[in-house]
Amino acid sequence: MKLTLKVWRQKDAKSKGDFKTYELSDVSPDMSFLEMIDILNEKLIDSKEDPIAFDHDCREGICGSCGLYVNGRAHGLKRGITVCQLHMRSFNDGETVWIEPWRAKPFPVLKDLIVDRSPLDRIMQAGGFISARTGSAPDAHAVLIDHDTAELAMDAAACIGCGACVAACKNASAMLFVSAKVSQFALLPQGHPERESRVLAMVAQMDKEGFGSCTNTGACEAECPKSISITNIARLNREYLKAVIK
Amino acid sequence: MRWIIDFLNSSIGKKIIVSFTGIFLCSFLLVHLSGNFLLFRSDQGEAFEVYSKFMSTNGIIGFLEIGLALGFAIHIFNTLRLTLENKRARPVPYAVNKASENSSLTSRTMFYSGLLVLSFLIIHLKSYFWEHRIVGSDLTMYQSVVESFKDPVYGGFYVFAMVLLGLHLNHGFESAFQTLGLNHKKYTPIIKFLGLLFSIIVPAGFASMPIYFFIYQ
Repeated sequence: MKLTLKVWRQKDAKSKGDFKTYELSDVSPDMSFLEMIDILNEKLIDSKEDPIAFDHDCREGICGSCGLYVNGRAHGLKRGITVCQLHMRSFNDGETVWIEPWRAKPFPVLKDLIVDRSPLDRIMQAGGFISARTGSAPDAHAVLIDHDTAELAMDAAACIGCGACVAACKNASAMLFVSAKVSQFALLPQGHPERESRVLAMVAQMDKEGFGSCTNTGACEAECPKSISITNIARLNREYLKAVIK
Repeated sequence: MRWIIDFLNSSIGKKIIVSFTGIFLCSFLLVHLSGNFLLFRSDQGEAFEVYSKFMSTNGIIGFLEIGLALGFAIHIFNTLRLTLENKRARPVPYAVNKASENSSLTSRTMFYSGLLVLSFLIIHLKSYFWEHRIVGSDLTMYQSVVESFKDPVYGGFYVFAMVLLGLHLNHGFESAFQTLGLNHKKYTPIIKFLGLLFSIIVPAGFASMPIYFFIYQ
């Protein structure tokens, strides 16, 4: 396969970036998207150019490190996967591929395609935890909780914190992320003692970081690699309202 | 008291106020529409005149009118605030962005459909409320409604605004419930269906009036 790549290049957080065009031939359809960038980077290193900086770690869709805006979509055109799970067979021979970093005011570009996602960590630090020691996993029948609720909590806990919801949202809102984190605790008994203080603290931190507000377009849910549902955002609103009026 | 201010300034608080006022404005649309259907009675506007006299002179209605004006003002003020904040949250746009792949056009254009409905509202208030209640007119309300609907430009704009109102309601109705935290596997499909019906029937009901008078008068 032959591809024309339009890649955002930016030296550091203070520099102004722009798109650079690269031609890449002999791309195997079986390569992952990140392997394709690896090949390009080897060529750049060979020609004494600065390789493209991008975040990656596990390369199997569970760590949440990678995240690129590919051809106008967070993690590329396929649903329910991260960009490391995207394969070159999803593209056409001769196609032009635009590769951009996540765009949001709270996520400043550090270099090329790497953005600073520490606002998500600060939201977690504000309340995304249980203070008391909960011990190791209890016996299945020790904590009474029905199967459906356990599944809902697990679905919310599948969030890998990649930031695709922020990237895809027209308002750069982090509400899907925050709602998933609030839900995974609110649904289970271990999370109940700090239920109200948690949601208040996490929403306050989210607002402080400068994320936009949800307008229920559903773009986040569509682009989330873990397909986390916006029913969690309704739960977040509910939890918040309950905590405020209590 | 601090908690109320914090709530009203929080992202979710602002959204909740928008949805509450939105649902309130939806209820106003129903009342307004049912009253306006009196225009269709073949009594040369007699019943409509009684209705509009009652609406403009009754004390309780006058009190409710203040609530309605506040409802509009708060809805518009909060959406304006949220829109500005949301724009600020993405200062650098994407070079390529395929939003149509992950969200509906009506959901992404709420600010613009709302802005056009607002411009309609201003013109609408000018032609009826301002002319009759503030300036005073020799025509009856019925006569001035019929007169204005004879003008194809005014009637056309009216119908166009109702299409936009429909698009605004199409997303707004179900969105209001989601913001209030009412998302449930049993009830959300019903809310979505009612929202679709509401966003078609109410604007179509209003739009039927200029179309009817343009054709039959």
